Amino acid sequence: MLLPINWVKKYVEVDMSSKELADKLTMTGSNAEEVITLREGISNVVVGKILSVEPHSNADKLLVCKVDVGTETIQVVTGAGNVAAGQLVPVALHGSKLPGGITIKRGKLRGVESQGMLCSGEELELKDSDYPGAETDGILILQEYYPPGMDIKEALDLGGEVIDFEITSNRPDCLSVVGMAREIAAATGKSWSMPEIVLSPGVGSIENELQVEVENPDLCPRYLARVVKDIKIQPSPRWMRRHLAAAGVRPINNIVDITNYVMLELGQPMHAFDLDRVEGRKIIVRNARPGETLVTLDDKQRNLTPDMLVIADTGRPIALAGIMGGANSEITGETKQIVFESALFDGASVRMTSKKLGLRSESSSRFEKGLDINMALTAVDRAAQLVQELGAGTLVEGRLDVLGASTEKRKLTIQWEQINKLLALNLTAEQISGILTALGLEISVDGEYMTAIIPTYRNDIEGMADLAEEVARIYGYDRIPLTLMEGSASKGARTRKQKLIFSIKTALTGMGMHEAITYSFTSPHIYQKIGIGAADYPPVVRIANPLGEDQSIMRTTMLPSMLEVLSHNYNRRIENCSIFEINPIFIPKALPLTDLPDEMLTLAMGEYGENVDFYTLKGKVEVLASLLGLEDKLTFQPARHPALHPGRTAELLMDGKAIGLIGQIHPKTAENYETDAGTVLGELNLQAMLDQANTDRQYQALPRYPAVTRDLAFIVEKNVQAAEIAELIKKGGGSILEKVTLFDIYEGSQIPEGHKSMAYSLSYRADDRTLKDEEVNKAHQRIIDLLEKELGAKLR
Amino acid sequence: MREKLEQIKKKAMEAMEALHDLDQLEEFRVKTLGKKGELTLVLRGMGSLPPQERPVIGQLANEIRTALEKALGKKTVELKEAALEKRLEEETIDVTIPGKQPDLGKLHPLTKMLNELEEIFLGMGFDIAEGPEIEWDSYNFEALNIPQNHPARDVQDTFYINDNILLRTHTSPVQIRTMLKQKPPIKIICPGRVYRSDAVDATHSPIFHQIEGLVVDKNITMGDLKGVLDVFAKQVFGQETKTKFRPHHFPFTEPSAEVDVSCAICRGEGCRVCSHTGWIEILGAGMVHPKVLEYCGIDPKVYSGFAFGMGLDRITNLKYGIDDIRLLFENDIRFLKQF
Ligand SMILES: [Zn+2]
Repeated sequence: MLLPINWVKKYVEVDMSSKELADKLTMTGSNAEEVITLREGISNVVVGKILSVEPHSNADKLLVCKVDVGTETIQVVTGAGNVAAGQLVPVALHGSKLPGGITIKRGKLRGVESQGMLCSGEELELKDSDYPGAETDGILILQEYYPPGMDIKEALDLGGEVIDFEITSNRPDCLSVVGMAREIAAATGKSWSMPEIVLSPGVGSIENELQVEVENPDLCPRYLARVVKDIKIQPSPRWMRRHLAAAGVRPINNIVDITNYVMLELGQPMHAFDLDRVEGRKIIVRNARPGETLVTLDDKQRNLTPDMLVIADTGRPIALAGIMGGANSEITGETKQIVFESALFDGASVRMTSKKLGLRSESSSRFEKGLDINMALTAVDRAAQLVQELGAGTLVEGRLDVLGASTEKRKLTIQWEQINKLLALNLTAEQISGILTALGLEISVDGEYMTAIIPTYRNDIEGMADLAEEVARIYGYDRIPLTLMEGSASKGARTRKQKLIFSIKTALTGMGMHEAITYSFTSPHIYQKIGIGAADYPPVVRIANPLGEDQSIMRTTMLPSMLEVLSHNYNRRIENCSIFEINPIFIPKALPLTDLPDEMLTLAMGEYGENVDFYTLKGKVEVLASLLGLEDKLTFQPARHPALHPGRTAELLMDGKAIGLIGQIHPKTAENYETDAGTVLGELNLQAMLDQANTDRQYQALPRYPAVTRDLAFIVEKNVQAAEIAELIKKGGGSILEKVTLFDIYEGSQIPEGHKSMAYSLSYRADDRTLKDEEVNKAHQRIIDLLEKELGAKLR
Repeated sequence: MREKLEQIKKKAMEAMEALHDLDQLEEFRVKTLGKKGELTLVLRGMGSLPPQERPVIGQLANEIRTALEKALGKKTVELKEAALEKRLEEETIDVTIPGKQPDLGKLHPLTKMLNELEEIFLGMGFDIAEGPEIEWDSYNFEALNIPQNHPARDVQDTFYINDNILLRTHTSPVQIRTMLKQKPPIKIICPGRVYRSDAVDATHSPIFHQIEGLVVDKNITMGDLKGVLDVFAKQVFGQETKTKFRPHHFPFTEPSAEVDVSCAICRGEGCRVCSHTGWIEILGAGMVHPKVLEYCGIDPKVYSGFAFGMGLDRITNLKYGIDDIRLLFENDIRFLKQF
């Protein structure tokens, strides 16, 4: 909110600079974002009185003026023809600054000394709304008397400072000049006042002019109206236009300006209807009827629904309650009589309608926050007073006031020591009541109890904590001591799951993988991109209001995210890239969603580059399995996935249940994602692995007897799997077989077509004795026999 | 005979001095002391000596043998040493050639920063609580004193799944879940991923990360809140860091504050990072609103508490001098390797 300092000074004394005031208020809860100096670009431009005008001796189009600028009389050469002796004009003195960074210096024009410059409205960047005639060609001729030498910004009320405050949603009362006057007073210890409202008697009686009926008092607890006749639409006076402009509101005409002025000053939105266009001279506050429409002031047709509150006449809606007026009852240049509306509308209702229609206004954003039921009355009278002050029309005597709720102030009783207890302070009851009184509360203290009567503009104060905040912010947050809480010691420890994830990340980075973090929403087109047919698209959680289609579903797989990261790096010519991410994927239990989806913690991995293949990634998964104590539960078996190479993909099974997938990407995937064809990817259900993880370890005695190592090489058919062979070797080797290591696989010359040679190193050992050769030979032979029998292996 | 022996000793000693490698030395040993060596040959000729001279000459011969053996031993050590030195000299490498680095992966800067912050709070006795990213509207808003059609919902532009389910806009629902299932004392931090429908630019991301904290117990005061956050700020940004609490409004805390820390880069002088104010806003905080405690079945007359929240991404960027939040989600290896 823009608060013009000159305006607020009407209601509170300010004895510090605007910067100091801004800092002070920031520390009491009104966060000042900026102090703006109006017309900062204009300096040292003063009112000058033209004493004489002579032709220039060397130029037909130039004139030489003698000008009284207060302290002296100077000579100025001008090219404008509209100057004459006796006029008051803006004069830019030597060294003055004009908007756009222009500096004026004395000099000679065609040989004649000029000690400054007479200014046009345009040169001062003034509009007609700033000063009448400012947009006319030629020097700006001032209409009123100002003493020569007076600063032009002061004379025309162009300057001043404005503080831009960020007002929080609980304080709609601060969205007004008087509200801020009250805050300034409380923060600086000054007193403040409301505008004094005195009305001259009106003509006739409002009862003969207008009727008001409120059908839905829940959504409209109060509706006030006043009528003004003999309206003369004209520009409002300069002081009003200046204040409005400084507060960021464009002046329009006297009636519209009065409604805006009252809203900015008191915080109460106002509306004016052209009474001649209100059918039946009756205002009805009611819910919209099915199918009704209204063209609002911004010329858009709005389709209304029965949950929306409208202001209607006897025939049709003429305004959206609290949001915007209708074009059908708008003030025009021909308007002769008007109705001022000042009402209280239900905040939630205004907000709902405003959201539904996508129409927000200054008015709606105020009503949403909940306004003061009593300010509505003050405001309608203030508008009437301004009409009389401005001579904008003839006020009709009386006002209509349809009241459907209490205007009483609420009472709140607390134990005032609770405030000290919450804030770690030791204030006296007097100190507390002093602060609250300054904020407009009426306080009485009875022993340990304190009763506060809450003004109706402070709907946000509901309990002790709210009062404590008022006390704290005015007393000063900086005066609350730093303490460290007493009480029960707590452990402060990571959970088992958190510790496991920590160690997994440590292991993965230790194996050269970098951690990636990617978005968890994605495009519905990813499934197609990784080769999944439309019939197989999984059920997904869809965002109702996504930023775009590309971010409209919650991911059910992290493979596309991995591919995107790998592709990003591949396309930047990064030769090696190895990444992982741990985050949940989102699996709906049923669609449409009635319960929260399962968030399945997932480990995604991906890598490409030199020395990367299926086995480098598989090896990392095996290391993880061992870290989690799962090596005996996990098995790999060939599997298919549309994104992956059909011959180089494995499913990871834990106790026979699929919990993940690793594989080299399919050439089509490489093409779709523009990434390395040798890329390998993996996606594991980390949640399942963590659930089964066993990280308890027991010391195993180191071997005391030597091992016997035997190598074994044989030829088998190419399609025989290593897992099958390992199984047979273990079976044949029995309990003395300690370790089986596959060290060579060979196909090619000397090996029959469709076969491969496999070479293993077997290590035999017993815990309790040195093995004898015969024992080892027997076991070794059993292995050979089994391999020959089961697989037709031929020993090499 | 005596002269001959002395002669042999002298000659041998001289010859030995001139030798420069171990092979020559061995050859020399055989030649001098071996079975067919000079000394042996001399001793074999002892038979021709008169018997009374034999012990004397024998002793002399043994002395000479011992002396020569000792000298030989010494010379051997010397030559071995020299040979080793020579070998080592030859094996010299250029130690300025770059090392062979194993690949070390890096944790994402967000994780690194999070670990650091978690350690600080773990040290102060906080536990770490987590919760779902897709949440009930009621936990994300209503429990936090933000009813339907409340203007405070504007501040947090929300992604909805349907009327009741949304992408959490803060990790506060984790606080609610914790308070609903655990009686005070409660002392937790809630780190996690949150969502707000902000378009992406250098300082905004629709997905970002928060750490919130919650303490609920008897006699918890706003002084405690200030104390804990002051300790926290000093640990993260340095011991000289100052904190400034400014009044603010959050529906779920009362009183509420925004917390600034003195800019660590300019030490409060004012610079680009702190927009020339000397202060950087990093936290929102306050005393838990009585209505929030009530919603969770905790009696606000008996218990009080404080809560705070901060943006992990923002703190990470401040700490590492990252000027664009998008870098955090792009996962360029050249970026990730820097941390
Ligand atoms: Zn700074």
